[in-house]
Amino acid sequence: MTASARILAALVAGAIFGFGLSLSGMLDPARVRGFLDIAGDFDPSLAFVLAGAVAVSSFGYLISRRLQRPALDCAFHLPTRKDVDLRLVTGAAIFGVGWGISGLCPGPAIASLALGLVPTFVFAAMMLLGIVISDNWRKAARLGARQDADAQV
Amino acid sequence: MPGLLSCRANLETLMASLISQTYLQSLAGGALIGLASALYLLLDGRVAGVSGILSGSLRASDENQSRNIAFVLGLVLGPVLYRLGFGAWPVVHIGANLRLLALAGLFVGFGTCLGCGCTSGHGVCGLARLSPRSIAAVVTFLIAGIITVASMNALGVA
Repeated sequence: MTASARILAALVAGAIFGFGLSLSGMLDPARVRGFLDIAGDFDPSLAFVLAGAVAVSSFGYLISRRLQRPALDCAFHLPTRKDVDLRLVTGAAIFGVGWGISGLCPGPAIASLALGLVPTFVFAAMMLLGIVISDNWRKAARLGARQDADAQV
Repeated sequence: MPGLLSCRANLETLMASLISQTYLQSLAGGALIGLASALYLLLDGRVAGVSGILSGSLRASDENQSRNIAFVLGLVLGPVLYRLGFGAWPVVHIGANLRLLALAGLFVGFGTCLGCGCTSGHGVCGLARLSPRSIAAVVTFLIAGIITVASMNALGVA
């Protein structure tokens, strides 16, 4: 019962997210690149999208802080780390370069698959490949670190 | 009082142009994105970060896999609902250079996975929680994106 309710919740949240992206105009890579083009043909739309999103999302976060648990789970699962490390900054920088080249980030890239455009499918396939490579690389690094630790003993 | 009348007419034109402004639509779309992440947090207790949800949906070992897949399907359903509501697909202009796009896709996938988040996880959810990691990530990917676009313009790459 809860399992299917949670699946439904994820589907509905995803659909609202995708609809919001469509309404905001952020499915259009040209407008996202326009926001990054501060010295050229600047398009401020993304700032409005982010402002609207962060405002409502903050409200949700404030409500969550007054609750013991979410409606469909026994606890909140929020990231707890606060330290800014090299991995975070490197990853964000690599993402930023790809974002600047294409004007696409993961949300709009997946949502715009609905439009059935070939370039978006190519982008999304390569993005998934990038995720798999990064995931495996991290796993291998963790394994390597464990072996190093074993070797020390 | 013709002066007052024309003033009012001007005000009406101004209001009409403001409402038809795409910025208002962007703000409303953004608010819906925020609503989706608030809902996901309050119902399921998780951050609605698309890159994390995507990588989770690829891992069979992830106990949340089915929910992650459901979110991804919902995301694709979004533009379809928009089409049903407004009678047209959202407008998209996409660069024609497929090789460059493929490279960008690889960077976006690898980078968001390495940096633990993208515009939704770090941008929408992380900034709302005032997470220092997310603030650092958002500043970094904005600067990297701005430099990339400026360099491409300077080199004449499209």
